[in-house]
Amino acid sequence: MTNTNDIDNIYTDLIMEHSSNSPYMRNLDLPTCSLHGHNPNCGDDITLNLKIENNKIVDAAFVGHGCAISQSSTSIMIETLIGKTIDEAKEIVDIFINMIERKKLTPAQKKKLGNSVAFENISNMPARVKCALLSWRTLQNMLEEK
Amino acid sequence: MKTNLQIKEDFEILKNNNFAYLDTGATSQHPKSVLKAVHNYYTKYNANPYRGSYSLSVNATELYNNARHKVAQLINAKYDEEIIFTKNATESLNLIAYSYCLNNLTKNDEIVVSIMEHHSTIVPMQMVSKKTGAKLKYIYLNNDFQLDPNEIKQKITKNTKIVAISSASNVLGTLNDVQSIISYAHKMGAKVIVDISQSIAHIPFDVTKTDADFVVFSSHKMFGPMGVGVLYGKKEILECMPPFLMGGDMIEYVYEQDTTYAPLPNKFEAGTQNAGGVIGLGAAIDYINEIGYSNIIKIEKELTKYALAQLKKLKFVTLYCTSDAEKHSSVISFNINGVHPHDVASILDKHNVYIRSGNHCAQPLLRYLGIDSTCRVSLSIYNTKEDIDKLILALKKVYEIFKKYIKV
Ligand SMILES: Cc1ncc(COP(=O)(O)O)c(C=O)c1O
Ligand SMILES: [Zn+2]
Repeated sequence: MTNTNDIDNIYTDLIMEHSSNSPYMRNLDLPTCSLHGHNPNCGDDITLNLKIENNKIVDAAFVGHGCAISQSSTSIMIETLIGKTIDEAKEIVDIFINMIERKKLTPAQKKKLGNSVAFENISNMPARVKCALLSWRTLQNMLEEK
Repeated sequence: MKTNLQIKEDFEILKNNNFAYLDTGATSQHPKSVLKAVHNYYTKYNANPYRGSYSLSVNATELYNNARHKVAQLINAKYDEEIIFTKNATESLNLIAYSYCLNNLTKNDEIVVSIMEHHSTIVPMQMVSKKTGAKLKYIYLNNDFQLDPNEIKQKITKNTKIVAISSASNVLGTLNDVQSIISYAHKMGAKVIVDISQSIAHIPFDVTKTDADFVVFSSHKMFGPMGVGVLYGKKEILECMPPFLMGGDMIEYVYEQDTTYAPLPNKFEAGTQNAGGVIGLGAAIDYINEIGYSNIIKIEKELTKYALAQLKKLKFVTLYCTSDAEKHSSVISFNINGVHPHDVASILDKHNVYIRSGNHCAQPLLRYLGIDSTCRVSLSIYNTKEDIDKLILALKKVYEIFKKYIKV
């Protein structure tokens, strides 16, 4: 059973807005890297496109479909990461994954997550953790090679 | 005759909790009598069946084979040894694929399955197709979510060697006309596998009357324990099939380089079996008989009718089921337009309503229908109108949360 609060904390305006009306759900001209990620269970499916110049994510966007959590998590992740260097992005990915794995975060770490901190309560909904992590795992794979 | 409210009293997990369990299609709950039979077995009778000459083992063997007899009676098999215990329906289907199909199909043969089959049929049949070169063909639907009768006649031909069909779809709830498919397939010289996993807890099945060649199902979807499955096969077919798994109990004589196999059913039951589970299945069959199929059908028809009527009142819901109530089981798939089923299920969970969401191990069917996934409600004799009212109320809450964001 999921606690009422967790649900209310997840299906918030921020998350719903990003899942239904994401400014980052679009095609990106000439991405420098692109990776597909999916959850066979849920049918969540995203393709993440990044434009990296001088070690910096100068633009990012995605296309895909799936549940509100996977889609909004992707959108908010992109919002958080645009303008960050590769090293900063890698650090933020680690912080996000730590948050989902219920590790305690410092206020400074939380600040780095920006709006992505909205997914904190997903750790209380184990059935949906994969949805929230899809874009982050995909990004992690992309950045590993950088 | 027991009512669903009285039946619910037999299921402690439902009696002691305040949730609406609407996922019997995935696995059913267990009445006290089944749990008691398993407990009784382990506290009074447990020994390795077949392996001891002391009375405890002899008794365990007898209980184990009594349960086999109950299964044979339930589906009206002529001989008890036509009933093989496996781990689940999936293993039963693999047994048929490896032991029967790989040895009897060749390049010019054809395998015909329906598009509504579970992955547990489709994936082993793909393996058979790849290894033997036999062609795998699908029977598709008409526009009322039923198997198209023309498709059946087109796809099953003189080249068809095996047909696999489920009696009831685990996604659409469609009841297939198994009898006419078997008759037609036999006319064409094919053998027929019937997957009754989704119907045996709801509707009787008679292997003798239908003349099915193979039948598979799982204990855990019919009030019995997990870890036990059934394979029925006609004696003359099973006798010609080589063993699937090798080891203890399935042998007669073992020499250094060679082995002779035990007769049926032991030939197909290698190694120590789940005797406690099998005995639990026997008790589940007693329970089904106690309630009676006619009462089960009556209760479930009434619940399904009520659920469909309530769901149809929700303008934001799309149903995926046949319009012919006579050809529809108690499984109902639907979507809230514009909302992903996993989001629906998560919010329903908050309201203590447990449904399944996803592709239900039937990806080819969903792809054929052009949908990613559905919400699925599956009803059983212990469900109540109150469960359905809870569902409807919770679906309205989901719509409230999502409505200003839905783009359809
Ligand atoms: C129609 C059908 N066939 C086969 C199966 C497989 O059953 P099991 O997972 O118990 O092997 C299922 C259930 O999951 C089913 O619904
Ligand atoms: Zn998802």
